[in-house]
Amino acid sequence: MTLHLTTEDQALLAGDHGEAVSLAMRILVSAAELLSAQALIRVTSAHIDGCLYHGDGGVEFAEKLVAAGGQVAVPTTLNVGALDLLHPDTVRADPLKAAMARRQMDAYVSMGAEPTFTCAPYQIGHEPGLGEQVAWGESNAIAFANSVLGARTERYGDFLDACCALTGRAPLHGLHIEQNRQAKVVVDATNVPDALKDQDVFYPVLGTWLGLEVGREVSVIVGLPSTVTRDQLKALGASAASTGAVALFHVVGVTPEAPSLDAVMSKGGSVRQITLTADMVRRALRRLTTADAVERIDAVAVGSPHFSITEFEALLNLVRGRCMAVPFYACTARATLRELEERGDLLVLHEAGIKIVADTCVVVTPILRESGGVLMTNSGKFAHYGPSNTGYEVVYGSLEDCVESAVTGLVARTEEIWSW
Amino acid sequence: MLIPGNAEGGLLRLQAPISLWGGVDPGSGVVIDPRHPDHGASITGTVLAMPGAIGSSSSSAIMLELLREGTAPAAVLMAHSDAILALGVVVSIELGYPACPVLEVELSALDGVPEGALLRITSEGQVLRL
Repeated sequence: MTLHLTTEDQALLAGDHGEAVSLAMRILVSAAELLSAQALIRVTSAHIDGCLYHGDGGVEFAEKLVAAGGQVAVPTTLNVGALDLLHPDTVRADPLKAAMARRQMDAYVSMGAEPTFTCAPYQIGHEPGLGEQVAWGESNAIAFANSVLGARTERYGDFLDACCALTGRAPLHGLHIEQNRQAKVVVDATNVPDALKDQDVFYPVLGTWLGLEVGREVSVIVGLPSTVTRDQLKALGASAASTGAVALFHVVGVTPEAPSLDAVMSKGGSVRQITLTADMVRRALRRLTTADAVERIDAVAVGSPHFSITEFEALLNLVRGRCMAVPFYACTARATLRELEERGDLLVLHEAGIKIVADTCVVVTPILRESGGVLMTNSGKFAHYGPSNTGYEVVYGSLEDCVESAVTGLVARTEEIWSW
Repeated sequence: MLIPGNAEGGLLRLQAPISLWGGVDPGSGVVIDPRHPDHGASITGTVLAMPGAIGSSSSSAIMLELLREGTAPAAVLMAHSDAILALGVVVSIELGYPACPVLEVELSALDGVPEGALLRITSEGQVLRL
């Protein structure tokens, strides 16, 4: 099985469209060979994860593309960076690292990518359609694009995402191919009480369990209500892509490729069936809290993936006229921030003591106070990455729990809904 | 064989899949995820046997930083091929930094090999015990 390149692919590789495209094609071809892909396909958009600073190598790579004349070939959005460019005091980075982080963000903008700086481009108007071939990075965005939108992307990491954007191509493999999108695992959530399945707080827990259980396999979930929201699916996918390598899950009657169980069940090979039990759900719930016995919290963070405008509406209803006793961070896209500003909602949030973080978030860059302590969150992804990336212990709860706890500084959690 | 190359190092078997981003500090090469069973272990210079790669697509960037900083494993043996990790090595080569071989290996082939045993990876993709 060898990689077949078209005449046009070969011209890009040979440098007919400049040195940056040639470099991008070399890496793309190496990746395609690593993946045993037989061809490259054209993609209609890219989402670049590579603008987040992890070290000087990422800056060097991006600036090498810029110096070689690199420009994106398809509409391209940018993931979070390591700085909040709208609120420069938010991030506690040392000046040298901050300067490098800024260079990395600027490099991708100068290559023609849109400065969206969000991990959830799908909620600010960038929504590829059903069956559309795209090349997206950022694990939650990948899961959302594949699962909720029915677009087709594989898990593109740093570098390859940029190479896809500069060439407008991706290796034809994995989830780009129809038959690989069929489910090998069926999860039956029928037994979970409807009262729990109606709550946002259930979905990060379900995702945490799903990622641990299925790893990289495509799954299909039955027994979720048809009223499940996009924010709930976003939270499910983000958690599953944190504890596992989940890039696609189907929900029967909800996600576009799963009008029925039959439509997405793998036709060849064995299919594993799992009935979701109370014990499985409670074990996943416990995993999201590392500071179980604490009474006080030191901070709250919401917005991983970035808070949507509907999530802000829920937050506004909870905090209006109240005052937070501990730092409360809501991470979001600059586009969503602009919308809040236009609606006049920003003042209400500021008065309640909510700190808006744009372009970045609290687990990818130093924002939380250095003193450390206990971070409460309603995000499965924050709960997963918080301890290793911030040094804070974490407590998981609903958005309502987070607000009630932030008002007093004391942990308040609704436990009853988890018993059945 | 994802990335061919010669290497030698002591075997470190990770007991669970890992996301390099959020899982390993590129400055020190140490596993920093407190939930990971190998929390505190150093992957630097080891022949790292990974049951799987999970989580963030930023892991290719961490692989590049590990190679630039000299904190990378000597070689990586993976139960499932993972382009995200291997791609960090490809880019390291493009930028003129070191590479490390990455092999797709049935990890049961290492059953009975003690932890820390010195292994040699050959450019033909063989894993030999020294």
